[in-house]
Amino acid sequence: MTAVLVPLVVLLPLLGAATALILGRRRRAQMTVSLGVLAAVTVIAAVLLVSVDANGPAVVYIGGWDAPWGITLVVDRLSAIMLVISAIMLLVVLVYSVGQGIADQHRETPVSIFHPSYLILSAGVFNAFIAGDLFNLYVGFEILLSASYVLLTLGGTGERIRAGVTYIIVSLVSSLFFLSAIALIYGATGTVNIGQLSVRLAELPGDVQLMLHLLLLIAFGIKAAVFPLSFWLPDSYPTAPAPVTAVFAGLLTKVGVYAIIRTETVIFTESDVTVLLMVIGGLTMLIGILGALTQADIKRLLSFTLVSHIGYMIFGIALGSQLGYTATIYYVVHHITVQTTLFLTTGLIERFGGATSINRLAGLLKASPLLGVLFFIPALNLGGIPPFSGFLGKTGLFLAGGEEAAADPANAWLVWIVIAAGAVTSLITLYALTRFWNMAFWRGRRELEGYESVLLGSVLEAPEGATVTATRTTPVLMVVATSALVMLTVCLTVFAGPLFELTGRAAADLLDAGAYVSLVFPGGIR
Amino acid sequence: MTASLTLVILMAVLFGAGVSIMLERSLTRVLIGFLLVGNAVNILIYLMSGAPGLAPILGEGVDPDEISDPLPQAFVLTAIVINLGITAFMLALIYRSWWLAQLGAEGDLVDDAAEIAEDAEEAADLIRSSAADDQAIQDLIDASDEEPDEDLELEASARDRDEEAKR
Repeated sequence: MTAVLVPLVVLLPLLGAATALILGRRRRAQMTVSLGVLAAVTVIAAVLLVSVDANGPAVVYIGGWDAPWGITLVVDRLSAIMLVISAIMLLVVLVYSVGQGIADQHRETPVSIFHPSYLILSAGVFNAFIAGDLFNLYVGFEILLSASYVLLTLGGTGERIRAGVTYIIVSLVSSLFFLSAIALIYGATGTVNIGQLSVRLAELPGDVQLMLHLLLLIAFGIKAAVFPLSFWLPDSYPTAPAPVTAVFAGLLTKVGVYAIIRTETVIFTESDVTVLLMVIGGLTMLIGILGALTQADIKRLLSFTLVSHIGYMIFGIALGSQLGYTATIYYVVHHITVQTTLFLTTGLIERFGGATSINRLAGLLKASPLLGVLFFIPALNLGGIPPFSGFLGKTGLFLAGGEEAAADPANAWLVWIVIAAGAVTSLITLYALTRFWNMAFWRGRRELEGYESVLLGSVLEAPEGATVTATRTTPVLMVVATSALVMLTVCLTVFAGPLFELTGRAAADLLDAGAYVSLVFPGGIR
Repeated sequence: MTASLTLVILMAVLFGAGVSIMLERSLTRVLIGFLLVGNAVNILIYLMSGAPGLAPILGEGVDPDEISDPLPQAFVLTAIVINLGITAFMLALIYRSWWLAQLGAEGDLVDDAAEIAEDAEEAADLIRSSAADDQAIQDLIDASDEEPDEDLELEASARDRDEEAKR
């Protein structure tokens, strides 16, 4: 029954995008359509999650053609979790951007393009999460990337065009890698269906498997911004409008992480790149966070922490144990929420304080205590302070690491090094965010003039110089949306028990590749 | 699996040329490089379908082993469509960055009212000049009506003379 709902999560946003484009001149109708569509998808995703968790995964063969001939859509627990959390994020950020748009009277951004592009982006993200074959995953990626090109260069100012060009070229290269990988995998196995690949790739010679595996990982690694393929992210995200950056930071890199999880669990069951992933995970954490230390601009600082925290998920994937995946999925959910929240809060800080650089902001706490709370909670959360979800996620990952180290003494030293790197990264994140807190929130307005600090002398401003915007009114809708997300991050702690149980079941699904295969091919593979 | 050597060489050349052009700084060249590499990947997908065969339509008396694999062709078609869309967007982006480089942000700040006034003035000029042209043409026509064409007159008089001579 619920299988009928599966295609709707892609279909509704696409139809909504078309309608929103037609209604381009009627802003109120357009907003109603996009909000309605995303609310509907959120409900559908929630229904799917409940049903999949209770009755097992839903599989849909488009057009009634059985796998491997037709296009297969698969929603298992991991897909359903990702669908729910991304639908909620997209909806809340849309509310935030509607609030912003109403306040700004649409002077800066051509909103008639914003809503359709935003819905198409959602369709791409959802499609990637439910794709049952590699080529459909590629199409999902392309849909979301094309929409993200438009959103990133919205308004076409020089700064955004320059940032957009880097982003677009890097994304194009990663798409070409992905497409080449699909071509070679098809040549080697004669299929792109993930279930069938799981069986056939394991039959290939080891070196061929490794080559195909690495090619896919490069493509997904660029999208997930994994070191050393992460250099593009801090240069391109911060220039976009605040809601766009929030969605990109929260969701787009996680689509890459999701693809890596699928690659490691279902697609390549035999090929093993644990050590490589472990090293890369550790380096991503450390190098990302060292970049964050040198930034004066909060948007760039957050972009570097974004890169850095992808490392935790890669570490969890590298562990490959059930506890490892349980913690990874929980961490993905936590990170999507908290990173989106922080970028939305940054948008509020920019409006309220008129700048995003720690050298220009001061006295925000006195001016707006609510803003202080909205920044403080997610910042502590990202820094991994108990009892917030960042702490729980990291603890889960470190426990899984300890378990793995005990089980596999040969690689134990490497696991312990990466755990140490994770702990250090967490502390440096906290340091970078507290520094921003001290400067922007605690420092009095009067201290700002003629302030010089040995420590701050070396921090880098954003390349374009801080864009100073006059203080405008902060609409209620934006504050409400941000507060809702802060509440959600707190809920991740409150409901951590049931959530960990759920991600644990999702992890068990993931590790049983055979179940995935028999799910897609109920009659066995011919 | 059999593959055409020509296509393999073509693919290698396209990959090489495309990557080297993509490394240039100019955006237009990057776009051209992307197109070349994109087509190289398309050829790679096509190569994976193996030896060419019959049209992939199953019917009576058709051996499934003899037909071409249609799936890579569908992949290539999809990839071509995606490339087309992205190329269009890149061209718009290139035009925009050229615009910004030539005119700067001031290029966007042209006053609408002033521009409309300017347009109206231009249109009025056009109407005036075309009215003048119309007048000139009309004058010419009128003039030709008043004065019969000399050549025609000469011809007519010559004809008259010939007729007289015949008589």
